Amino acid sequence: MAKIIVVTSGKGGVGKTTTTAALGAALAQAGQNVCVVDFDVGLRNLDLIMGAERRVVYDLINVVQGDAKLNQALIRDKRLDTLALLPASQTRDKEALTDEGVARVIGELREKFDWVICDSPAGIERGATLAMRHADIAVVVANPEVSSVRDSDRIIGLLDSKTERAKNGEHLEKHLILTRYDPGRAERGEMLKIEDVLEILSIPLLAVVPESEEVLKASNLGSPVTLNAPHSAPARAYIDAVRRLKGETVEMIVPSDKRSILGKLFPRRAA
Amino acid sequence: MALGNNSSTAVTSISLTRPSLPLRGRSFRALVLAPETPLGDWFSHLDALVQRSPTLFSERAVILDVSGLAKDSPRGDHSPLGGLSLRRDLADPEAAEPAEDDTPAAAAAPDIAGLVDELKQRGIRIVGVEKAEPAWLGPALPPLLSGGRPAEMAPPEAKAAPEPVKPPEPRKPNSLVLERPLRSGQSVYHPEGDVTVMGSVASGAEILAGGSIHVYGALRGRAIAGAGGNPRARICCRKFEPELIGIDGLFRTADTTDPKLRKKAVQVWLEGETLRIAVLD
Repeated sequence: MAKIIVVTSGKGGVGKTTTTAALGAALAQAGQNVCVVDFDVGLRNLDLIMGAERRVVYDLINVVQGDAKLNQALIRDKRLDTLALLPASQTRDKEALTDEGVARVIGELREKFDWVICDSPAGIERGATLAMRHADIAVVVANPEVSSVRDSDRIIGLLDSKTERAKNGEHLEKHLILTRYDPGRAERGEMLKIEDVLEILSIPLLAVVPESEEVLKASNLGSPVTLNAPHSAPARAYIDAVRRLKGETVEMIVPSDKRSILGKLFPRRAA
Repeated sequence: MALGNNSSTAVTSISLTRPSLPLRGRSFRALVLAPETPLGDWFSHLDALVQRSPTLFSERAVILDVSGLAKDSPRGDHSPLGGLSLRRDLADPEAAEPAEDDTPAAAAAPDIAGLVDELKQRGIRIVGVEKAEPAWLGPALPPLLSGGRPAEMAPPEAKAAPEPVKPPEPRKPNSLVLERPLRSGQSVYHPEGDVTVMGSVASGAEILAGGSIHVYGALRGRAIAGAGGNPRARICCRKFEPELIGIDGLFRTADTTDPKLRKKAVQVWLEGETLRIAVLD
């Protein structure tokens, strides 16, 4: 029986898809059987980040509507044979997702895998609430910035009211992954500090992913950052996050890349 | 009026529409005042009644039933007080005077104008007169009504009684305690009683309470206490960073609060027409 994880944030562009791909790949690298599911119907991205965009035949909508079998739609990763992708449809809209259809597909995935990671669309509408509905664990992605933190807070409120677990009075694990964090800028007061974010959101911290060019590089190559640059700071942050998800106790550190002299002379800008 | 330029069409349209002018029936429950002689005693009873329940006649249709006066009126003398009050009224309105003198028939008519004025001074406006001879009523007086039917109505004495009893009505404890933080976008509306939040109230969350609001974490959203008119309501919080606070219709945004109070433990209350904010302890 798989654990269902939803990666959600409310706000767009904070790193949900990157996080989904990185967590999925890191879990698979650790030998787990993983499926990543793109719930962002109409604006699919996960296939690109996973480098599978040219292998999509059937998608989540086809499976939900019964036009294709789950096995026909699942795309096995070429690098990690325990990693699979269920892509979203780019041409349909979220209305095509029915409650019953999604429940059935999630049920089937639950039988097949150890972990199912659902990449939620941004926003708080139907697509987002459907992605979170069957989750056992929620990973809330936030940037150290007020609007992102407030939107995450909104999403946590929805997680506590709209998920099946919340409705049944069961516990839904919620974790925070803080992405695009820059310790220097936080120190100078240019972005929120980790403590500030945790104080506002009051959920446990799963990882702090530093701002890094490795993330963009990996995205453009169509490879999760934990596969593409496993020793980079963001990859180490995600690998630690996965160990924590699996129940290990790992000391919380903010990984950093050693900067070259050139890097110090020409500080990186936030992409 | 809009058709003023084209008077012929206006006329035809009026003649056409006239019959369909909507006349609607509506029934109101009226209070009937039936004065009795001696009028002095009756007025003192009335005054006592009005004192006990001042709103008894407000926004009510009041009908004057003069049947109790018709037969006794000519011999009004046997009630010295009543006669006095009537005579005082008679001195004021000149028009009423000839009615007394002119004909024996008119002399038999009770002084309705005086009575109506006397009641008016007590804030009671008469909308109609019942059980009077048509000749008794002048054009300045309320119209003569007929066809009234008795309606169930608690006697004024009984009505007056519960009103002073109302205020000490026992207030049920009706407070709401929230164990979890209030997240952005969540809203709590608790029209009666206090709201206590054990966690924080996030930016973008709001609480509306009829009573006071207590936040044992940070207040970053909106808190409106005393909603629906309770100037004694307060807002207390451990960490004061609200977007908006309000008590009983008086509001303040974060911009207009003293920055020195930010992140402090604070209470907010109403002093007259001003919101007061002070640091706790």
